[in-house]
Amino acid sequence: MALHEILIAPFTEFAFMRRALAGAVALAVAGPPLGVFLILRRMSLTGDAMGHAILPGVAIGYFAAGLSVGPMTIGGLAAGLLVAVGSGAVARTTILREDASLAAFYLISLALGVTIISLRGSNIDLLHVLFGSVLALDDATLILLAAIASITLAALALFYRPLVLETVDSQFLASVSKIGGGVQIVFLALVVLNLVGAFQALGTLLAVGMMMLPAASARLITRDLSAMILLAAAQGVLAGYAGLVISFHAGLPSGPLITLLAGLLYLLALVFGPAGGLLRNFWPGRHLEG
Amino acid sequence: MNETAIRFDNVTLGYDRHPAVHHLNGDVERGALLAICGPNGAGKSTLLKGIAGSLAPLSGVIALPGLNPRTIAYLPQASEIDKNFPANVFDIVAMGLWKRCGSFGGLTRSDIAAISTAIGAVGLEGFEARPIATLSGGQLQRMLFARLLMQNASLILLDEPFTAIDSRTVSDLLAVVAGWHEEKRTVLAVSHDLDLVRAHFPQTLLLAREEIAKGKTSVVLTAENLLKARAMVEAFDKDAHECARAA
Repeated sequence: MALHEILIAPFTEFAFMRRALAGAVALAVAGPPLGVFLILRRMSLTGDAMGHAILPGVAIGYFAAGLSVGPMTIGGLAAGLLVAVGSGAVARTTILREDASLAAFYLISLALGVTIISLRGSNIDLLHVLFGSVLALDDATLILLAAIASITLAALALFYRPLVLETVDSQFLASVSKIGGGVQIVFLALVVLNLVGAFQALGTLLAVGMMMLPAASARLITRDLSAMILLAAAQGVLAGYAGLVISFHAGLPSGPLITLLAGLLYLLALVFGPAGGLLRNFWPGRHLEG
Repeated sequence: MNETAIRFDNVTLGYDRHPAVHHLNGDVERGALLAICGPNGAGKSTLLKGIAGSLAPLSGVIALPGLNPRTIAYLPQASEIDKNFPANVFDIVAMGLWKRCGSFGGLTRSDIAAISTAIGAVGLEGFEARPIATLSGGQLQRMLFARLLMQNASLILLDEPFTAIDSRTVSDLLAVVAGWHEEKRTVLAVSHDLDLVRAHFPQTLLLAREEIAKGKTSVVLTAENLLKARAMVEAFDKDAHECARAA
């Protein structure tokens, strides 16, 4: 087989592959930069929790209007924001810290979601919600993904400096400005927004992978924040493209493969990453003079 | 010159209704260089938090006449700066310009020069590009002082800025403080080092939950006053009644 047939033909020949690629790229340019900030803020597991937390909203949207993008997105957003804002409020006003209150909120939300789905749906519906369908993106979903990516990148550009300051020294930012709390909420809202978008394509279980794996990998490769963000997005795009190509030829489900490829890139960075990978840490080379 | 920078009007600050600073009154003059001394648990840090506005008084008023509360620079006792964040010394010092630059303002050439000057003034020349993860405790404190310099604040609050750093760093940072004093900025610093306070701070507030003495350092830091401060009961009384003194 010629290289062209393997790497390019699937996308020129099949519209559903082109759509899948467009969707994956949209997810990859917005999610991983958010993942970088989640990692730097030590909130890596927050993405996972939020991914589960959106479930009841999505389920309610689905049962209200069937498999259509609008209601499911709105439902997921509402559930995610409720959990994010609710757990944040509990953390600020009670003795429970952010991690404990988030765990409590998302577990309730997840249980509620599974209950709602079992009330009405068949197993196929559940599979769709859990694992998504990147090969079946319709126009509405594609537009949604593109819109989410655009909103995310614009918001990140707008809030970049306060977000960085809030992450590196929130105490200092609070002493000079009141913007910190708002930045935190906007950031969490963006995370929820991206998870809601990603679950349409990859499912709730894998949506977080696209966000966190490229980010964790980039953290191992560079110490420069801008480079980290660019690298994370680039790896997301690469994993999306390669995952689609392999799934096309091997006849395997594309969502898990995209995530697996992001995982493979992460494992490579884990071993070879020059900014704190295993090789670098165990064989750093001989020490310098001064 | 005897304008008031800070006025305490029957201020009580505390946690969970228990007072940590109890019924404090009096003024701090503009341009004062005031040390705040007292035993552990005397309410020194709490007082600074109250002045900085991050802790609301349980009762009473802390007034900052003629001062924009946003022009306060506050160095907490334990900075919560994330040392693992991929930032370098220059970035952190530049954060001091937030008030002027905000979210979008760029650094002008004179800003960059000023940042370099501030980094030099605290003795960190050549450290501009160093990742903050590689700084020692003393170097970190120098960097935070450089950021305070950039904040160009008229009121500067320092919570135990000279603890756990070597004598050369202390004297470098004291020179920065002396510079602020010359520029007529109001500086309040918590310190446990009474010799340092006697040598470098003209005025002292001796605190033991309540004010023990305030005024000229040599008059305040007497053996008698220090003994009185040490007699303070540190623990909260869990069965305490509501304070009967006029609110």
